[in-house]
Amino acid sequence: MPLKEYIGLSRINGPLIFIENVKNVGYNEVVEVSYRGQTKLGQVVQISDEFAVIQVFQGTEGLAVDTTRVKFLGKPLEVKVSDEILGRTFNGIGQPIDGGPEIISGTYRDINGLPMNPSSRMYPRNFIQTGISAIDGLMTLIRGQKLPIFSGNGLPHDRLAVQITKQAKLKGEKAGNFAIVFSAMGIKHDDAQFILSNFEESGAIENVVTFLNLADDPTIERIATPRVALTAAEYLAFERDMHVLVIMTDMTNYCEALRELSTFRGEVPSRKGYPGYLYSDLASIYERAGMIRDREGSVTQIPILSMPNDDITHPIPDLTGYITEGQVVLDRALHRKGVYPPIGILASLSRLMKDGIGEGYTRKDHPHLSSQLFAAYSRVQEVRALASIIGEEELTDIDRRYLRFGEAFEREFISQGFDEDRSIEETLDLGWKLLSYLPSSELTRVSEAELKEHYKEIKR
Amino acid sequence: MGDNKKIGELYLINGPVVKVRKATGFMMHEVVKVGDSKLTGEVIGLEGDNATIQVYEETSGLKPGEPVEGTDRLLSVTLGPGLIGKVFDGIQRPLDALRVKSGDFLQRGIVAPPLDLDKKWDVEVEIKEGEEVKEGQVIATVKETPLVEHRIMVPPGISGRAERVKASGKYTIDTTLMYVANEDRKHKIRLYQTWPVRVPRPYKEHLMPDEPLITGQRVIDTFFPISKGGTAGIPGGFGTGKTITQHQLAKWADAHIIVYIGCGERGNEMTEVLEEFPELVDPRSGRPLMERTILIANTSNMPVSAREASIYTGITIAEYFRDMGYNVALMADSTSRWAEALREISGRLEEMPAEEGFPPYLSSRIAEFYERAGKVKCLGPEDKIGSISVIGAVSPPGGDFSEPVTTHTKRFVRCFWALDKSLANARHYPSISWLDSYSEYNTELEGWYAENVNAEFSKLRARAMSLLSEDDNLQQIIKLVGEDVLPDDQKLIVRVAGIIKIGYLQQSAFSDVDSFCEVKKQFEMLRLILMFYNRSSALISKGVAISELLNGDILNTLMRMKENIPNDRLEQFKEIEKELKNFFDSLDKKYENIKEAS
Repeated sequence: MPLKEYIGLSRINGPLIFIENVKNVGYNEVVEVSYRGQTKLGQVVQISDEFAVIQVFQGTEGLAVDTTRVKFLGKPLEVKVSDEILGRTFNGIGQPIDGGPEIISGTYRDINGLPMNPSSRMYPRNFIQTGISAIDGLMTLIRGQKLPIFSGNGLPHDRLAVQITKQAKLKGEKAGNFAIVFSAMGIKHDDAQFILSNFEESGAIENVVTFLNLADDPTIERIATPRVALTAAEYLAFERDMHVLVIMTDMTNYCEALRELSTFRGEVPSRKGYPGYLYSDLASIYERAGMIRDREGSVTQIPILSMPNDDITHPIPDLTGYITEGQVVLDRALHRKGVYPPIGILASLSRLMKDGIGEGYTRKDHPHLSSQLFAAYSRVQEVRALASIIGEEELTDIDRRYLRFGEAFEREFISQGFDEDRSIEETLDLGWKLLSYLPSSELTRVSEAELKEHYKEIKR
Repeated sequence: MGDNKKIGELYLINGPVVKVRKATGFMMHEVVKVGDSKLTGEVIGLEGDNATIQVYEETSGLKPGEPVEGTDRLLSVTLGPGLIGKVFDGIQRPLDALRVKSGDFLQRGIVAPPLDLDKKWDVEVEIKEGEEVKEGQVIATVKETPLVEHRIMVPPGISGRAERVKASGKYTIDTTLMYVANEDRKHKIRLYQTWPVRVPRPYKEHLMPDEPLITGQRVIDTFFPISKGGTAGIPGGFGTGKTITQHQLAKWADAHIIVYIGCGERGNEMTEVLEEFPELVDPRSGRPLMERTILIANTSNMPVSAREASIYTGITIAEYFRDMGYNVALMADSTSRWAEALREISGRLEEMPAEEGFPPYLSSRIAEFYERAGKVKCLGPEDKIGSISVIGAVSPPGGDFSEPVTTHTKRFVRCFWALDKSLANARHYPSISWLDSYSEYNTELEGWYAENVNAEFSKLRARAMSLLSEDDNLQQIIKLVGEDVLPDDQKLIVRVAGIIKIGYLQQSAFSDVDSFCEVKKQFEMLRLILMFYNRSSALISKGVAISELLNGDILNTLMRMKENIPNDRLEQFKEIEKELKNFFDSLDKKYENIKEAS
């Protein structure tokens, strides 16, 4: 079928262009917009028999109403995937930008993917050891999970993400068919450089696929970037049997691009001006993590988002938390105390942890131990609040022991070096050591047998 | 053929909403096939010759000018043997059959019959030739699973004489079992019937609920019970344990049938149910839980209009089993996603929004949904009694209970289980707040508890509740000045409230012993804890120091009895009671002379 080309637009509004009297054009179809020898990609976002509305990924700068040519390509936005993409760097819509050759072999895939049939999913149970005590012990990452990092400006989420990718391994399995897909949306050059150079140092770079849309790249392109990245990840996982870890940063920039587009389209806004379909839209990204029955590979997602003003009830972290399987929340107060990684234990959670820990996965005492650590640390917060009012001297003996536990817990358990890789056994033993600051009568979450085996009370 | 086919022409596509012209003869809520790829859609607006349609599948690639074909039927579900143990999407497409047809990812435009057409069921026909039958009457039974006898009923609206009745035997579901003849015509009666999802199925009369739906969760059964036929809302921000609570109820509620709707939630959670339920055993029958469960899975990445429909699909299936005389429990996780689907479609229709962009008809839709719950006398001469209990999760943005979906839900449910973020942060599960939750069924169910558990039950509950609320007041003081300044009688309240919180309200979903707790065990536990309080309180009023009472293993025993005493070994409570008595008797003796002295 010959491709249809139109000359002249009826209107340009921000990233949107409007064309009248187009025929035989489909919803979501991809278009090539050309002007003065330059070509940009766009996508049909609304279509009627009178006009088509097109969002231009690389922005509408330089387009003119009368001479711009628009070619409808008769297919959705696609990306070419094959083994060749490993080690390569692409822009936000999947075009190579590392000076290397075009991807030659391979097949084109619709970047929107298709929803996984819930009956085909396999429930994720394999524990990934990240070597970070707070995560392994208290919010365990599971292969096939989507576990975002909720961060704020100036907090070390990039370091944490790098440390996770460098250290992540399955217990008792050698590295090998492991790949990282890195999707950057609107992040600063320095941040991208930091992450990429660390991948390079760790020698993992041959297995990294990078999609870069930096802060000064076109905003609307960002809407396609996570989808392009996940299409590549799904290919590697479900057709090449690889275990793929997808790092997406920063989801806040993605959502802002979506809001911008929605405003230009004149849609009815919902909370804080974000479109009413933000939940569905984010779900179409996050739900592309998982494992499939009878297939080898897996897609694990670690999206990073910065909470505007550290507000966890802001629509972006809020809706993300409703979709993802838990969250790792970075805490500014801990960061100020000099704790790295500054993981706010109480607000963090891994929903898949319960079926991936314990006997046969990590260690038998893990479930009760983590529950006890949470409970004790939660009590620490209460005691601290009380101490700030009545002074430490007025506290009961038990409360003072909680204070000591809290300090040691932050200093020894949560805190660790950027290059420190702790095994799960080390993490759990450390947890027991810290519980020993408390009398056994306070430890109601662990069983008597576990107390007998692991607990040695430290008397003052 | 072909003459009376209604075909319109697409002229606008905007996400899941499309518009059609030349739609003459289309009905409101009629199912249509959209475009060359025949995507399933439903008519949601008509204006002159133009129709507005919501499409249940991804609309990429649709073009103006493509045909839209009417089907002359409303969006309906197919009801018959084969429902149980199945997983359907929001418009009742069986997901396992789709997997066979299209692989691990859901392709567009594929269809599969909701129920297995080839399977032969053992049908026991209970009607004789020539017998008069009425609407709703059971005419045959099929042992669908070891747990459920599927009762084939005469569909609503049909009564008359049974003719050409087939003998009992093995039949597929589209076999005509008999004809029912009346003045109008002869009606074919098959093993299945269809019913439009947006129309509630009829019944004879509404009954007052008077029996609790036992869930085995102490905080619910003891403090905030829901009755069979009742409605409950569970609001909670993310991470507060809505889904785990819903799963616990689906596992342990003493209903005959469970309908679980995963509405716009996570795919992995549905998989968890799918993998876990066949392995879990119903504590009452000893059979796998999947043998009484029906799942509707429309995960968050599946099309938004099918999410809107999934709630109706689920409740219509629930009504069908209710009509057989069963107690059905329906869990919807989460109704907020359904409300958001309404908002999204309403936005695409450019309707005038009300609060927070939700359409103005949100509250009436919520009301209609919850009003389909209830305990009823079913159609049919047998006077069967059936019920639907509806438990809807609500996901308020930012955990803010003043948002529209939570506030409207509160108006139409009679039981409110508020999940508390600070409890969840301390890993106190289930994180149902004992201060913010309520149940309007408490008084109606008092009689049942008195008769079936113990006459003292309501009194104990009230006592425990008042301790918890006194404790809440005391906690305010403690936050300011510490516990040490409290007098001993108030310290005792704080300590006993602590025992109730840790030893009673906290209940681990992952514990083999404690995941499900019999009501009788609940009563025994509460009785012993309060006995500890009463006797301690008596001693303290005599001036005995509280440190005397809190010494010893007895506290530990009370905190751990939930784990240490299984549901089938309730006689062990006698030993704890003896231990308690000895402990206090010896203290009483020790301080006997104080009384004399004073």
